[in-house]
Amino acid sequence: MSISGSTSGTNSGNPAGNDPAPRLDRAAVAKRAARDLVDGSTVNLGIGIPALCADFLPDGVELLYHAENGILGFKELSAPGEGDPNLMDAGGKFPKLVPGMAFFDSVESFNLIRGGHIDVTVLGALQVSRTGDLANWIIPKRGIGSIGGAMDLAANAKRVVIAMEHTARGDMPKIVEECTFPLTAPGCVDEIITDIAVIKIDRASGRMILRETAPGWSFDDVQALTEATLVVDGEIVVMS
Amino acid sequence: MPINKISDSFADAVADIPSGASIMIGGFGGAGGQPTRLMMALRDLGVGDLTIIGNVAGISKTTGYGWPDHLDPIDQGMFFESGQATKITCSFPVPGTTNPLSEIERAWREGRAEVDIVPQGTLIERIRSAGAGVPAFYTPTGVGTPVAEGKEHRDFDGRTYLLETALSADYALIRAQKADTRGNLQYTGTSRAFNPAMATAAKVTIVEVDEIVEVGGIDPERVETLSTYVNRIVQREAGDPLP
Repeated sequence: MSISGSTSGTNSGNPAGNDPAPRLDRAAVAKRAARDLVDGSTVNLGIGIPALCADFLPDGVELLYHAENGILGFKELSAPGEGDPNLMDAGGKFPKLVPGMAFFDSVESFNLIRGGHIDVTVLGALQVSRTGDLANWIIPKRGIGSIGGAMDLAANAKRVVIAMEHTARGDMPKIVEECTFPLTAPGCVDEIITDIAVIKIDRASGRMILRETAPGWSFDDVQALTEATLVVDGEIVVMS
Repeated sequence: MPINKISDSFADAVADIPSGASIMIGGFGGAGGQPTRLMMALRDLGVGDLTIIGNVAGISKTTGYGWPDHLDPIDQGMFFESGQATKITCSFPVPGTTNPLSEIERAWREGRAEVDIVPQGTLIERIRSAGAGVPAFYTPTGVGTPVAEGKEHRDFDGRTYLLETALSADYALIRAQKADTRGNLQYTGTSRAFNPAMATAAKVTIVEVDEIVEVGGIDPERVETLSTYVNRIVQREAGDPLP
């Protein structure tokens, strides 16, 4: 199913708290992001919505999950209370031991990342700019934040996908013309999947292309909650 | 004379650490791979003005990160709660939440501690470099971000890189699964993390292990950290309730 969209970035005016239709829940955002993960890829999932992607892989897709703390090839988590602290993922959870898994130290783990061997990383974000700059490690008001592996992943993974809620509290846009928060990496984001839209970033031309909208949301509805100017290039599909 | 690096107790193993020392603490963050008994001995020693070098640091106590549900987490925040540490270099010093406030963030807010935040891949490569005799290296990570400020930039094949310098320490407190009496080490699961690199990057490396075996008890094909890097070994008590 497709809907038509205007090609301009003009806002039709959807005041905060006046959504035209429900936004997708976190699981639905993860499910949509999971659909783009290519069978056989080496993947690093960030915490939050990105980590949920693992629960929604399409049938027949097998991924090799990497976590910064030195594990490749993990699958489901141990039952609550049954984990082994020496078998952890980067979110501090305890996966089960499964055949084919590999353990390694942090030098090797970041050789994989910095060396460009991670096919795709799915991360959360505080802000993403029209040209694909990512800010996801520090809120200036707090004055202190955590980088962890985010800068290495954002700068060096072959493909960077952001899975997040479209806006911050009070419908503050997170998709902006220019990031006002300190950057994690400039010009790194390829695609944004949110609770109301799927947006592709064409970094070469500096365009943010709206590809999909949540059911009941129009181009103008999404643009109203997006500071960066969106464009249409091809048809806009309803997210599913 | 056979080499024997075994210390009789955790207290003995850390007894010579002076105030003002820089201390690498191994593991990733969380219970696995953390030298928890050595950390507790350093806290009990009471020396101050310490610089800590860690990775994910001080978030377990307030979030449970990397700890089994039934245990009270112990983390590097202990040195900030006790007032012993005045600086930390790490990649992940605070959790997403400020309620409750972690000890490191509290110390930072109160002006008691400097917090130096480094991208994780840069941090481990700085430590590896120190152990490998490489004074500095170029990395693409951090270009165009606050961590690039004041650093040399250089282009190779059309991409811009930052010059980052090696990071060493006076002491490394690390955790392994097994040591022989000479100091060859083996790890288990994801407990490797920062431990093997830190073992190479400090003047004195002290290892907490679950098991000590005689020389010959570790397959030479499967030695993970070489005994040359290891100065002292302490074995945990059998049945230690801490991971």
